[in-house]
Amino acid sequence: MHPAPSVIIFSTLSGLGFGLLVFLGLGWPAPTGWVAFVFFALAYILAVGGLIASTFHLGRPERALKAFTQWRTSWLSREGVCSVAALLVMAIYGAGLVFFSDRWAVLGWIGAALSLGTVYTTSMIYTSIRAVPRWNNITTPVMFLTLSLAGGALLAGQVTAAIVLLVLGGLAQGAHWLVGDQAFTKAGTTLGTATGLGARGAVRSFEPPHTGTNYLLKEFVYVLGRKHALKLRVIAMILMIVLPVLILLLAPSHLFAAVAVLSHLAGVATARWLFFAEAEHVVGLYYGHRRDVEARQPVQQP
Amino acid sequence: MTQLPTATQRKLGLVIDLDTCVGCHACVISCKGWNTENYGAPLSDLDPYGPNPHGTFLNRVHSYEVQPPDLGTGTPAPAQLIHFPKSCLHCDDAPCVTVCPTGASYKRVEDGIVLVNESDCIGCGLCAWACPYGAREKDEVEGVMKKCTLCVDRIYNENLPEVDRTPACVRTCPAGARHFGDLADPDSHVSQLVAERGGMDLMPEMGTKPVNKYLPPRPRDASQREEIDILAPFLEPVAEEPKGFLGWLDRALDALPGGKS
Repeated sequence: MHPAPSVIIFSTLSGLGFGLLVFLGLGWPAPTGWVAFVFFALAYILAVGGLIASTFHLGRPERALKAFTQWRTSWLSREGVCSVAALLVMAIYGAGLVFFSDRWAVLGWIGAALSLGTVYTTSMIYTSIRAVPRWNNITTPVMFLTLSLAGGALLAGQVTAAIVLLVLGGLAQGAHWLVGDQAFTKAGTTLGTATGLGARGAVRSFEPPHTGTNYLLKEFVYVLGRKHALKLRVIAMILMIVLPVLILLLAPSHLFAAVAVLSHLAGVATARWLFFAEAEHVVGLYYGHRRDVEARQPVQQP
Repeated sequence: MTQLPTATQRKLGLVIDLDTCVGCHACVISCKGWNTENYGAPLSDLDPYGPNPHGTFLNRVHSYEVQPPDLGTGTPAPAQLIHFPKSCLHCDDAPCVTVCPTGASYKRVEDGIVLVNESDCIGCGLCAWACPYGAREKDEVEGVMKKCTLCVDRIYNENLPEVDRTPACVRTCPAGARHFGDLADPDSHVSQLVAERGGMDLMPEMGTKPVNKYLPPRPRDASQREEIDILAPFLEPVAEEPKGFLGWLDRALDALPGGKS
């Protein structure tokens, strides 16, 4: 899949922002006055900034409001509804802390649940796509949720929670890679099933439909950079998990915490780039992709 | 809107005969022509006369080579070239419809056609992600998703002569490889073709339940596999061993150093 910068920025920043809102909603920490203002401002800049970035890839952004209507079936619509609800509830809750030094706990819990729900709906947009086997499994929502909570704990200054959640997030990301690497083969879709000709012999793409490129190839058959996947996975894991955990264990100060947050942010962005760049859509089969993988599979006998 | 109907009254769709298709791309061109001039936004072309022309198409023809396995005869069976037109399959369980956040995508209850209401589409592209077949493309000029409409503006169009009330691709196919009809009616000619020829689904494991069916190529004639031609026996060598002058030459060359192979 094409790793569109707008979508990577969105999922990285919003994940972190809504993760922070979860912790603020639960009252860990429960600051008041100016400190509360800084915390909420940071959370809103991340969450809203990400949401705005996500509209950049739309063909018709001026109609974006229509995307709130189809929550019955569409995870993208549910994400829109859930995120706006979370931001509104948390705005009232935040106003209580900033202006009245009063913590309206129930409102905070609702806001925290909605914030976590927003991250879940985001992850389900990808998980529900059966045509991308790497995403179409439970490791996707688990990875999104744990990493969002880990980033939130890191920003909220919850050192113990952050260490535990970062380790869990690292495990979830690792599981997503391990399961994902086998997912396409396990889904059983080959050029043989795509054309219905597999039972007759070995199917090979002989000639594409056109000499130039097209939307499908640009959007779904992204192969650039896959050869560096392993190196990028190691870099992502070090930046996202290892470095922040070491900093929290060895030197938990404000200055180093900022380094840990930036390192985590860069790591998540790298992992999210891989999340898209490594994901293979089954439509690539029609254009002769994965031939190297299929060549290793036994040919079906008629 | 994006909830799929539990059942549709009819299932209009295409049956594509892979045995007959000659890969001429006439369906691609007639589709592009009709759908650029009629329903919805035109199908744009970018850089059409420049070095990198590309654009929106609702129907594209791939070509595949199928190499049958060697059945122990020693000589591999001849490979087959199969031309493969691909467009929207108007799935019963269309994943492109349910993911649509705006309700622009829908499946019609009356005939099962999957359509996009272009004035509601925000061009997020999620429907194209959800489609395993690559049947939806975002038009780069219009910013909305384009897909096969089954020529909904032809098949019910009473301004057209009756013979033209089929999708443009079907009307134009010079080989008669494309058939249009109601696949919910077991007596329709398309349903009968599917029953007779073993019509198949593409990627059945994706659970989309496509309405469109593909007719597999018929098996090759046995004569092609075993005997080249009925006249072949007349072309067999009349003499296995050379005689006369050629016989002497053969023996003389063999006798030279390195001659006998």
